[in-house]
Amino acid sequence: MSKPDFEPKIIVFACNWCSYAAMDLAGTSRTQYPHNVRIVRVMCSSRVTPEMVLTALAEGADAVLITGCHPGDCHYLVGNYKTLARYTLLKKVLDEVGLGDRVRLEWFSAGEGERFAQYVRSFVEEVKKGALSPKSSTPEEGGLR
Amino acid sequence: MNPQTKVKIAFYWNASCGGCEEAIVDLGEDLFKVLEVVDIVFWPVALDFKLEDVEKLPDGGIDVAIINGGIRFSEHEKVVKLLRRKSKIVVAYGSCAHLGGIPGLANLWSKATIMDYVYLRAPSVVNESNVLPKEVVQTDVGELELPAFLDVLKPLNRVIDVDYYVPGCPPTPNVTLKAIETLLSGKLPQKGAVLGADVRAVCDTCPLNETKPEKLAIKEFRRPHAFIPDPKKCLLAQGLLCLGPVTRGGCEASCVKANMPCTGCFGPLDNVIDFGARALSFIASIIDQKDEEGIRKALGPVVDLVGQVYKFSLPSGLLKDLIKRKEV
Amino acid sequence: MVVVTINPITRLEGHGKISIFLDEKGDVKRAFLQVPELRGFEKIAVGRHAEDMPQITSRICGVCPWAHHMAATKALDDLYKVKPPSAAVKIRELAYNIFMLEDHSLHFFVLAGPDFVVGPKAPRAERNIIGVMKKLGAETVKKIVLIRKKLREADAILGGKTIHPVSGLPGGVSKSLTEDDRKELVKVADAGLELADTAYKLLKDLMKNEEYVKLMTSDIYVHETYYMGLVDDKNRVNFYDGKIRVVDPKGREHAKFDVHDYLKYIAEHVEPWTYTRMSYLRTVGWKGLIDGEGSGVLAVGPLGRLNAADGMATPRAQAAYEEMYSALGGKPTHYTLAYHIARVVEMIQAAECVKELVEDPEITSPEVRNLPTLTPDVGIGVVEAPRGTLIHHYEADEKGLIKKANLIVATQNNVARMCLSIEKAAKMLIKGGVVDDGLLNMVEMAFRAYDPCFACATHSVVGRIPLKIEMYDHEGRLIKVITNVD
Repeated sequence: MSKPDFEPKIIVFACNWCSYAAMDLAGTSRTQYPHNVRIVRVMCSSRVTPEMVLTALAEGADAVLITGCHPGDCHYLVGNYKTLARYTLLKKVLDEVGLGDRVRLEWFSAGEGERFAQYVRSFVEEVKKGALSPKSSTPEEGGLR
Repeated sequence: MNPQTKVKIAFYWNASCGGCEEAIVDLGEDLFKVLEVVDIVFWPVALDFKLEDVEKLPDGGIDVAIINGGIRFSEHEKVVKLLRRKSKIVVAYGSCAHLGGIPGLANLWSKATIMDYVYLRAPSVVNESNVLPKEVVQTDVGELELPAFLDVLKPLNRVIDVDYYVPGCPPTPNVTLKAIETLLSGKLPQKGAVLGADVRAVCDTCPLNETKPEKLAIKEFRRPHAFIPDPKKCLLAQGLLCLGPVTRGGCEASCVKANMPCTGCFGPLDNVIDFGARALSFIASIIDQKDEEGIRKALGPVVDLVGQVYKFSLPSGLLKDLIKRKEV
Repeated sequence: MVVVTINPITRLEGHGKISIFLDEKGDVKRAFLQVPELRGFEKIAVGRHAEDMPQITSRICGVCPWAHHMAATKALDDLYKVKPPSAAVKIRELAYNIFMLEDHSLHFFVLAGPDFVVGPKAPRAERNIIGVMKKLGAETVKKIVLIRKKLREADAILGGKTIHPVSGLPGGVSKSLTEDDRKELVKVADAGLELADTAYKLLKDLMKNEEYVKLMTSDIYVHETYYMGLVDDKNRVNFYDGKIRVVDPKGREHAKFDVHDYLKYIAEHVEPWTYTRMSYLRTVGWKGLIDGEGSGVLAVGPLGRLNAADGMATPRAQAAYEEMYSALGGKPTHYTLAYHIARVVEMIQAAECVKELVEDPEITSPEVRNLPTLTPDVGIGVVEAPRGTLIHHYEADEKGLIKKANLIVATQNNVARMCLSIEKAAKMLIKGGVVDDGLLNMVEMAFRAYDPCFACATHSVVGRIPLKIEMYDHEGRLIKVITNVD
């Protein structure tokens, strides 16, 4: 479905305390992960609203990954439960309109640099095989428009 | 009053149920007062002015064009573009013109699927030759034309530049009057403003507001047919999915007064770009569950989440160009 | 052949278009009524919560939202196999009769009235509500406008909103009636009777006008079709519930069935030149756009209902019904313009029903809901919308999500007969290519009698149905366009 040189753009929201630290760790450890991700740091994953995720998709992101601390480890105690609730509802809506494979939620602790890199690698591959953003591809490439 | 100084108004409707036209008529005596100070130059439903007369007007010759209904057919596009050229101000009146309205839910389906069901598969249809309406039809006596049914339904601002919005399905008489008064006052607000309605949410003027707890914590939502709510307590607190907190007020909570939850027809508050997304955020924030299983259980009965949060606004949100329209 | 201005614009602008094709002699070969109306509600319904349907389907029509709201609510009763408590049925009937009265009065006084009051031959500039005001006097018209407003406000008390009510639920209504509300509604009921009376007096004056009666009974406006409407167990007209009854052009009962069997009797035909489907009787068959006993074309709405029933359900309406048929020479009557008379007879019944219901002590009972307990499956509901029989048919899954929907909308039942009316009027009035603007009004009158609701694009406040008529010669060249609006 996608051209061989299609490079998806994936927006990653990372919380300042755990997941961003994981990504930093991957970087300082020289663990390779694909350049397709654009990392946006927020203080807590619960800062991420459905509007932000949808804006990312509407503006041309092929996929969005929301990351945060594992349940129970949130720096603000309950923030990530809010994230989980928001994501569950948003995912349900996205599933209903055929976009369920474009948004994911995953928890990373500060020491999980390698795990983050692996996750991103496989996510990029899946996105390459699957969805195409309407703004990042022309109809000839099989885009949605 | 000098006819030269009367405000020139045009009314038009696209794919409309007619409720917005009725809403104008429901102004009753107040309508007659308005008619004293305006000159209606175009109102196909009521008056004998031709489109050619509109075409002959200078650009900007109409002061205000008030347009309701969603853009569903090719003809609607053509006429609203003409009205935009000829008007100083264009007002999107009613949910359909403002946000797409309930008919916007058709955007979940492809045009082919809709046509296929309506004309071929509906149980009462007998159509052995698989006839479908066509834009050009050759009959044995001559050629007939129909306007094209567009792929998606669009709210007005996706086809022309819109100056102001009057919300509601339909806008209430009070909201309509206030909007008209603003338009005629000469003191126009910032472009893009919503006229006639409140700045705050429905909750603010809801008679049950005092019974709304400061911290809402919903363990499980409930659907309106499944239980009988206490009419004196906040419906949201009782588990009904009432969108009052995220919906613009101005309707005086007429649905809640009939013991039914708000469905969001007045659209979002200021600075909210996607009604459904904001509603999702709000619903998530009041769910009192700590894991995915619990959250799903809380939502359990609400199977059609898209239909609840995007009932009136699917064609206007961030999702509008992203939806994969279903084929079956 | 007279060739007049060629107008290249062929846009429809959301209302009906009539295309007339002439032969070499300049006589009419065929006339087509085209309607550009489609929003896809049958598909919009799929995936929705079943209990949302009364509010979703009411958006099909903002002039008759109560009709769809009620048909949907009854379909939900059936979907869940739950019976509403008696007080809830009465509240529904009260709201519905108020709506019928108000809707019929809008049509009678504002759309059709000008023809009676001012006269069909009067100049266009006077054949509207303003002309009516001059003839009847501003006081009378003001009173009519005020009563209508009261009726609409009453419906808001009962349904939450007048336009797009919210109270319909499976097994009942969301809101009961307080004693204070009821006292207000008693006043509204009396006003309603006054309104119906005013219409009736006007009508009787009209029937004294020989010119109008001649027009009404002229051959231009006659079609011998089948007629359909809801009847109670005594075969009397009922707007809210009953069995569907069909009579043939001779008035004999052709069928009487519960709405659950509707697919055995009603089918829909598709033509490529219009977006509306056209209903017909499956038991007779689609024979094309012709009338007669052999053709499945039928009529619904006031004329359909009165012809299909054996009488009215309330005394004053019954008296008016008898007067009507006596004046028109018996049952069934095939005069299309008799729709206007039948509409007034129905206004009287609606007003009498309202009066009876507001005086019923049970109407203030707080018991207005029975909760569904069974798993939803299939639900079919029927009401008589002002314009005709309206059927909502839903299939739902065990979670109460709509899987499939079929809607037989009132005006669709009349579309075929409307096509006949228009073609006949055209054929009888246009000869040798000669036509005058009187044609427009004559065609409008046939059209107007049905009170057509192409989702209201064709409703007109000031008395005119937006129509465009295009005439093509035998070589398909557009030779004339007559339009009352553009």
